[in-house]
Amino acid sequence: MSKLQVTTSINGEEIDFLCEPQETLLQVLRETLGKTGTKEGCATGDCGACSVLVDGRLVCSCLVLAVESQGKEITTIEGIALPDGLHPIQQKFLDHAALQCGVCTPGLIVAAKALLEKHADPDEETIRYWLAGNLCRCTGYDKIIRAVQDAAKELAHPA
Amino acid sequence: MGAFAYVAPSTLDEALAVLGQHASQGRRAQLLAGGTDLLVQIRSADRTPRTIVDIKNLAETNRLDLGSDAIYIGAAIPSAVLNENKELVSLLPGVLEAADLIGSTQIQGRATIGGNLCNASPAGDSIPALIAAGGVCVIAGASGTRELPVEKFVVGVGRNALQPGELLLGIKFKRPAPRSADAYLRFIPRTEMDIAVAGCGVSVTLDAGGTCTAARVAIGAVAPTALLVPAAGEALVGTQLDDAALAAAGAACTAASSPITDKRGTAEYRRKVVAVLCRRAGAIARDRARS
Repeated sequence: MSKLQVTTSINGEEIDFLCEPQETLLQVLRETLGKTGTKEGCATGDCGACSVLVDGRLVCSCLVLAVESQGKEITTIEGIALPDGLHPIQQKFLDHAALQCGVCTPGLIVAAKALLEKHADPDEETIRYWLAGNLCRCTGYDKIIRAVQDAAKELAHPA
Repeated sequence: MGAFAYVAPSTLDEALAVLGQHASQGRRAQLLAGGTDLLVQIRSADRTPRTIVDIKNLAETNRLDLGSDAIYIGAAIPSAVLNENKELVSLLPGVLEAADLIGSTQIQGRATIGGNLCNASPAGDSIPALIAAGGVCVIAGASGTRELPVEKFVVGVGRNALQPGELLLGIKFKRPAPRSADAYLRFIPRTEMDIAVAGCGVSVTLDAGGTCTAARVAIGAVAPTALLVPAAGEALVGTQLDDAALAAAGAACTAASSPITDKRGTAEYRRKVVAVLCRRAGAIARDRARS
């Protein structure tokens, strides 16, 4: 079957790629484009490790066909850092030791960014519900919640 | 995933032509909206379709109308987008809270009510809520458009009433009368990210004195398909939706259910819980209709 050509924007950069109809956005990101920051966990939309933004909307890239990203703006973990250093969410994950093995971390940071763009000052319950689709088997979640709360504060009142 | 072709028609005529071609040749075309069920299913090799027809580029499946007489929700609109529309949430709070229960934030960003309905899971959360709210499926096919009440759309476990060559464009509702409201509740053993053990949608209309003049009750996850329970609605009409009336409606739900025993719950437990959900969802719908 002939490959499909897809034109998309990834982290602000216009990118053309070729894909098979059955390839997922996650596969193309990792295998075709070498953007391996986005992780595969379950490949069934349950774990959130492959979270990316498509036109600003948080989705699991394992449940998006790559060809569906034609004309869309994709943001991956590689597009989160600021020109002069880490994004405050990334820095707070480090400060709070909100990661151990790190497989869930890119997805959690992308999901947290989407959360803080929608709710600048979320309470703990809002954070926990928003991140319920991002599984972490190491941290027990508390440190992640603290990191997101702290990042929200930092973004509201930059030091 | 096995190999398939992908098309994303930009007009309904084009979509129907592709579907019609496949139907006449006996080839399986699979409709794609949010893909949150579909992509998981086609990873099992035996479910690979010949062609995936992405319906997200059609005007008819993306339209949201909040008219003075009718409401129309396009089948390809993600739940997260619907739940950001405050007017829609205020008009059909039960349908929207049901849609909001389906999966995580990530799933909400893609999953659609139309897809939840077409997937036809016995435990699909939006289906009892759509039935209670009087939803009607708008279906396009080669010979034009037909309409089918939601309670007749799901015909079995994982099976819907779409014929080869047809697609679901959206779901329409009468705009709720004054002092009307709906509600949906499900039971799961945790607080988020789970599949209903039982679910119940209730829609009520009150007169100025608070007497119920119309009611629809539907149950989910307690039978092969979500069911409209006319006897439960009848138990509510003419009452003040007091505890006794709600209990009678709950008993009608238990009587109408035919649940299975599985790892999520026993049949006996489901029969009991569906009555509790009916009472509680009925009270929420009543309180919303009063306010």
